[in-house]
Amino acid sequence: MTLWCTETTQHRPGMHKTMKRGIFSLLAGLFFAVTAGAAEMAPDAMIKTVSGEVLDIVRKDKDIQSGNSQKTLELVENKILPHFDFKRMTQLALGREARKATPQQLDSVAGEFRNLLVRTYSKALTEFSDREIIFKPFKMTATDTDVKVRTDIRQTGGKPVSLDYYLEKTAAGWKVYDVEVAGASLVTNYRSSFAHEIQVSGMDGLIRSLQAKNKSGDAAGAVKIK
Amino acid sequence: MTAPIRRFGFRQLFVAVVAALAMGGCATSGNPKDPIEGFNRVMYGFNEGLDAAIIRPVAKGYDAVLPTPVRTGVTNFFGNIADFFIGVNNLLQGKPGDAASDLGRVLVNSTAGIFGLIDVASDMGLEKHEEDFGQTFGRWGAGNGAYVVLPLFGPRTVRDTVGLVLDMKADPLAHIDDVSTRNSLRVLRLIDNRADLLPADKVIEEAALDKYAYIRDGYLQRRRSLIHDGNAPREAIE
Repeated sequence: MTLWCTETTQHRPGMHKTMKRGIFSLLAGLFFAVTAGAAEMAPDAMIKTVSGEVLDIVRKDKDIQSGNSQKTLELVENKILPHFDFKRMTQLALGREARKATPQQLDSVAGEFRNLLVRTYSKALTEFSDREIIFKPFKMTATDTDVKVRTDIRQTGGKPVSLDYYLEKTAAGWKVYDVEVAGASLVTNYRSSFAHEIQVSGMDGLIRSLQAKNKSGDAAGAVKIK
Repeated sequence: MTAPIRRFGFRQLFVAVVAALAMGGCATSGNPKDPIEGFNRVMYGFNEGLDAAIIRPVAKGYDAVLPTPVRTGVTNFFGNIADFFIGVNNLLQGKPGDAASDLGRVLVNSTAGIFGLIDVASDMGLEKHEEDFGQTFGRWGAGNGAYVVLPLFGPRTVRDTVGLVLDMKADPLAHIDDVSTRNSLRVLRLIDNRADLLPADKVIEEAALDKYAYIRDGYLQRRRSLIHDGNAPREAIE
């Protein structure tokens, strides 16, 4: 199994600043590094680091390679999920239906939706782990708060498939709020199914469907997520 | 092998289409993008059945038996014969630079790439594009029209169905005179394409609450993205 990451271009905001500002940003950088840790990493660098780390683990871990889904789920849970904004994702998937939900219902939907996405992501990671990731040129300015990091998943004998991440700058650093595979959003793809479910059986009906879906995944894969 | 496939084809399809229209013509869930959802769901069921019974098992076997370089060669070969009309569509969409690159790909891959078996052009930096007549119409401003699930071909929109008719006319395989060669190559291409999608099957099973709706919405999003060459503006929450 081969796994590796290559980068085609690299861009760092603030690279062309004067020496003086450079020293200032260095000091500021140190300060933030202490207070916020990796949270202040540039969005493209963050995606690159996280996917590099995760693929590295998958490459070395014989259990994951032989289909240990519990281990894969844990990897996704610990390494990838901290960089995702599930509240925002849930809002996006619900669209205007979000207004109909009580805060408790929103929490339940977000919790179940999170589990569903963890499963999907884990499955994709095991199915596509032998592919090469190409990072496309990335540009942003220092004031941007909403960016798209583009990558291509190159497969032997096939067209590359685009895998793009949308990130928003939050108080806790850059957080992914949407992932697009081949131009289709993994989040908004649920919008019409969710809306339909809510129309037919209400917000609690949607929560029950999501729970049932996650349970059926448990039964099929004999795994549990905390 | 080809004759039985054709005999099976049209009568069965005709029956299925009529049955589908009769059974589900007006059942919808009110999704404005999918006004004939009842019909589509029946057609989707038919395609899924065909896939599970024949196409997927054959694609799995194909994937398991062929060594990777051979599979790559097959995919590259069909990719190469498609590149010419991808270039034509790029030209029709007002992108002469991309069109020139596509024609360059055909020239390089057909010669240095040994009849298209090796994708030398991609290594030279001539990127592979994905264009078809449906996208060209979209680029010209044609809307999707209703979502339609076609027998065998699967998800389309009314616009993309019209595009498909032209794509099939333009398909180099359609111009091969020898019937058995033509049909064998078509079957090979179908199986090769299907084999490329095998890993996605499990991910979709894991992800979808309602697989029909998941595939429909994914298809519509993907087409929108393709028409904008990957730079579609984000859809607002309506």
